Amino acid sequence: MTATRRTADTLLLLLGLVVFWEILHRIAGETAMPAPLSTFAYLVHNLTTPRFIANLTTTGLELGYALLLAYGIGLSIGVWMGAHRLSGAVGEPILVSLYSLPKITLYPVVLLIFGLGISGKVAFGALHGVLPVALLTMGAIRTIPPVYLRAARSLQLSPWQTIATVLLPAALPEVFTGLRIGFTVTLLGVLLGEMFASKEGLGAMIINALQLVQGEEMMTVAVVLFAFAALANGFLLFIEHRLHRRA
Amino acid sequence: MNAAPVPPDVHAELKGVTRIYPAVPGAGAQMPIQALGPVDLDLGRGEFFAVVGPSGCGKSTFLEVLAGLQKPTAGSVIFEGKPVSGQVPEGIGVVFQEDASFPWLTVWDNVAFGLRRSGVAAPEVRRRVEDAIAFMGLKDFARAYPSQLSGGMRQRVCIARTLVLQPRLILLDEPFGALDAQTRLLMGDEVLRLWRRTGATVLLITHALDEAAMLADRVGAMSARPGRFIEIIATGWPRERDSTIVGEAAFGEITGRLWERLRGESLKALGHSGVSAMAAE
Amino acid sequence: MTRIGLIRLVVIVALVGVLELACRTGLIDHRVIIPPSEMASALWTLLVSGSLDADIARTLGLIGLVTALSIVLGFAAGIAIHALPRLRGALDPFFATYYAVPIFIFYPVLIAIFGLSLMPIVLIGVATAIVAMIIATLNGLDRVPRVLGKVARVHRLGRVATALQLQLPAAAPYLFTGIKLAVSYGFIAVIAAEFILSPAGLGRDIADAYADFNNRRMYALILFLLIVATLLNAVLHGLDMRFAARRSGGRL
Repeated sequence: MTATRRTADTLLLLLGLVVFWEILHRIAGETAMPAPLSTFAYLVHNLTTPRFIANLTTTGLELGYALLLAYGIGLSIGVWMGAHRLSGAVGEPILVSLYSLPKITLYPVVLLIFGLGISGKVAFGALHGVLPVALLTMGAIRTIPPVYLRAARSLQLSPWQTIATVLLPAALPEVFTGLRIGFTVTLLGVLLGEMFASKEGLGAMIINALQLVQGEEMMTVAVVLFAFAALANGFLLFIEHRLHRRA
Repeated sequence: MNAAPVPPDVHAELKGVTRIYPAVPGAGAQMPIQALGPVDLDLGRGEFFAVVGPSGCGKSTFLEVLAGLQKPTAGSVIFEGKPVSGQVPEGIGVVFQEDASFPWLTVWDNVAFGLRRSGVAAPEVRRRVEDAIAFMGLKDFARAYPSQLSGGMRQRVCIARTLVLQPRLILLDEPFGALDAQTRLLMGDEVLRLWRRTGATVLLITHALDEAAMLADRVGAMSARPGRFIEIIATGWPRERDSTIVGEAAFGEITGRLWERLRGESLKALGHSGVSAMAAE
Repeated sequence: MTRIGLIRLVVIVALVGVLELACRTGLIDHRVIIPPSEMASALWTLLVSGSLDADIARTLGLIGLVTALSIVLGFAAGIAIHALPRLRGALDPFFATYYAVPIFIFYPVLIAIFGLSLMPIVLIGVATAIVAMIIATLNGLDRVPRVLGKVARVHRLGRVATALQLQLPAAAPYLFTGIKLAVSYGFIAVIAAEFILSPAGLGRDIADAYADFNNRRMYALILFLLIVATLLNAVLHGLDMRFAARRSGGRL
């Protein structure tokens, strides 16, 4: 199967998706499911309005802060549990259980602690992102071949040099996978947070549009989010593959 | 040792068999490959026949065509008087090169697998399975899972699974490829025991000259791809033989003759896979 | 229990204990978090009174339905796609990006189409869980050793028998991974949907309790869901270990 044929097939499938969308529109009616074309027109028209930009910025800021927290805390926990065998052995099942917990159940608690503003959503997003980052970082550190450390000692590297020039590059590919997955779930956490009891942000926009029966707005936000997430993930995957190939 | 005569009671025969793998579309210009043939062979009932040849010469293809797992592009395969085409006929058992034991079943259930589905009564199933397990030396491991056994023992499970169906023609595709040399010799003894006990016709594929020379009544030396029989040598061993015959003078002569015929073919096979002709020096 | 298991238990008990102490001494405001013991007693009262039964039935029932549908349909779709390599090639990028994208954002759209019925929840739940099952099925079928197909033909098994007796058991570990993921995603999707917008269900209960400042009820419900999730995980994990031991046990 050649590469161009595959791309053609995938584009065909995307086209099929748009056609499916159109059919859904014919069945469900204008208000419930707007047509692809009118959605696209709406998008082009409204993307640059102040209202849209404001909501985009809110979500973007929340995502940014949440990622900083998730990455910072997650990496620290991961490095600690990866390097310190006992903590890793004790803590891993706990982290794994937390990972599969529906964290939405904890959202009210987060709100009670952090309040209804931006910090609530940032905390909730970070709560989602911390776990995959920690788990994958831990795995990455654990599977560094011990011989690397012996090599570092034989080369008389200082602890900091060891970490910076040996451990980090060795662990980087898998750590980066954790960062990528962390990005996805943090975004999801932020959006979920915005969909409940929030007035700003893209998630809130969708709920608001639902209540005002504005189908085009809903689909527009959905499309924007999908495109953003897909592109961001694609970009991160690209870097990840480069890292893995180098390793 | 002499060039082999045609056996009196023909169990299976291949006439003018060739096998060409078609070009794979879309994967870049790939030519069709003639893997085998033309091959003519008559297998005598109850004989032990070994096929030896360099890697990639088509030995496995040969076995699969004979078994009915692949259809020949040209020529015909006849087993017990009936043509073989596309389906594995009843009465043929195959032991493959790869580990084909089922990891989710115990040794006992593995061996019983084919027999259970053939409509044989339960007491008879139990008797035959226990018999086969005992015969292959697996009695202590009947309740174990294949993942707990070594590679050699897993192959024995596969052999037992074939045995239990009482096949009249047993095909073995390099079954001992993954084992060390000493284990192979011992497994060779096992196969000979099997052969004598079942009275079946056995066809063994191997790349090891010594294995073929020791085990078989007749050895077919196969050329490099496309595989054809360059020579079929009769070993003349008595039926009651075991691995100790490797000490006999005749053994050395047979292996010598095989290598004489196959050395050139092996070089050709290396050339096929792009290795430099430095080996020819 | 192993030494590590013991340490783990101690750590968890200690953490809960610290939380209890912090709540009871007023270190943590009662309006933010209530003591774990109060959560437990509140939950007990609720369960015993039977007033939660309808919502429990609804939520757990929905999760069960979503999971079952996702597993069965996902498995069937996986088999079908595996048999059509060209379709699979076209779908590959789609599958690769599926979980990178917040599918859940479609939930309001589904409500717009179907109204506040069970349909949107079931649909978003299945949409979230089914792809994990499809991917796991594809992986599992990929990893069935080729030699097993030949063994099937030597034993002259028909198509269906080959699929049921050889391909299915051989792919089982990967299918089980798919099942675990489907359960997990189904659970999360249903609860999230109920929480955000739903006429009834445990998720809606929690949202209401939050809005009413009814912390006792809210924490009781959260505790209940946490217990259910943990139990589910434990059961699946236990099954996983049982089957895994069989497949890659130590040498005899």
